[in-house]
Amino acid sequence: MTPASTTRLPELLARHEGPILERWVEEQLATIGTKRGLMSDAELREQSREFLALVRQAAHSGGLEIEAAPWTAVRDFLGRISASRAVQGFSPAETAMFVFSLKQPIFEQLRRDGGSGEGVFDEVWHTNVLIDRLGLYTTEVYQKGREHVILRQQEEMLELSTPVVKLWDGVLALPMIGTLDSARTQIVMEALLQRIVETGASVAIIDITGVPTVDTLVAQHLLKTITAARLMGADCIISGIRPQIASTIVHLGVDLSDVITKASLADAFALALERVGLAVGRAVQRR
Amino acid sequence: MERIPILKMGDLLLVSIQVDMHDQLALALQDDLTDKIAKTGAHGVLIDISAVEMVDSFIGRMIANIAGMARILDARTVLVGMQPAVAITLVELGLTLPGVRTALDVERGMALLRGVGRRASNVVEVEPVPLETSDVDAGEQE
Repeated sequence: MTPASTTRLPELLARHEGPILERWVEEQLATIGTKRGLMSDAELREQSREFLALVRQAAHSGGLEIEAAPWTAVRDFLGRISASRAVQGFSPAETAMFVFSLKQPIFEQLRRDGGSGEGVFDEVWHTNVLIDRLGLYTTEVYQKGREHVILRQQEEMLELSTPVVKLWDGVLALPMIGTLDSARTQIVMEALLQRIVETGASVAIIDITGVPTVDTLVAQHLLKTITAARLMGADCIISGIRPQIASTIVHLGVDLSDVITKASLADAFALALERVGLAVGRAVQRR
Repeated sequence: MERIPILKMGDLLLVSIQVDMHDQLALALQDDLTDKIAKTGAHGVLIDISAVEMVDSFIGRMIANIAGMARILDARTVLVGMQPAVAITLVELGLTLPGVRTALDVERGMALLRGVGRRASNVVEVEPVPLETSDVDAGEQE
């Protein structure tokens, strides 16, 4: 069964576009009454008119499959609506209602047109399917927009949370904050190695004060980073190991015997200075 | 057939790999280097891989082998100038090159070799501290 050949929807929309639009806008103004302040009536009317016109053209030129090429304009339009309404503060349900509320005016028009029982039923069914799909599409777009935001924030957090700072000539520090997973370790590792090349630092301090838990995987990631730095000719010192993390590491049986570890960043820094041949002394007091 | 030049500086041998290594080249280098160490009685080998952008497991293993052979012939090996990408690759491949000493650049590598090679002679007062305790251990077990 091909809906395009049997449905009278394009024709119906073409003939009664005006009345359907009027009824639809009325309907919408009634349902979204509480959020009237968010967008003007004129804007709503304009969006409704544009959407109805696009649907009419699409339905006229080919089928009721909204994934098909003729519906591209409609999909783009819904994408824009979804994005702009999300910004205006509408919930995804309300955005979907914008599309779903088109059902009633069309059904009313169908009833007014009359026709045999069987035919009307088919029409209602096709229209129902079409509008449901369009409505769900807005939700999908909304969801995608959200996911995009989340992804971007995650990336930004990764960038933000892996600074490599220079403490002294030849001494780098990498204060790690938050949970370590493989993606993050990779970024941390790359950032650290890159900075080692740039600055020619021979000692790097990895401070894990801000790492909430250390399990075998995290320990393995740390060891990888340290080994890579060693291959390039730089030493790594791990600092900021809290007592409970120290006990976890021992209980897990992680072997950190090849790694220099210090309890605090200060201790690690003192060792690092020693390694690069520097010493910190008290300034001589002048009279 | 192209070969990687091995330069002799005092009792040190200097190898600078300026091209991307392929298997034949690595094998040739291994033979040449061991020959040269045996012939000259060198006590230190410095391998500069700062121009190497890519390694695979075979080349990684060859580097470890070369260092191991040099050590058996009583020559310390220092690997200098490894690129971050190469280091990450080797770690991911599980080739951590235990016992191979590393330095950031040729200058530091030289200092490291000199410091190890001629302890009693005219070393500057700030002697570079051995890089990592585990390395020293591994090196002295041989």
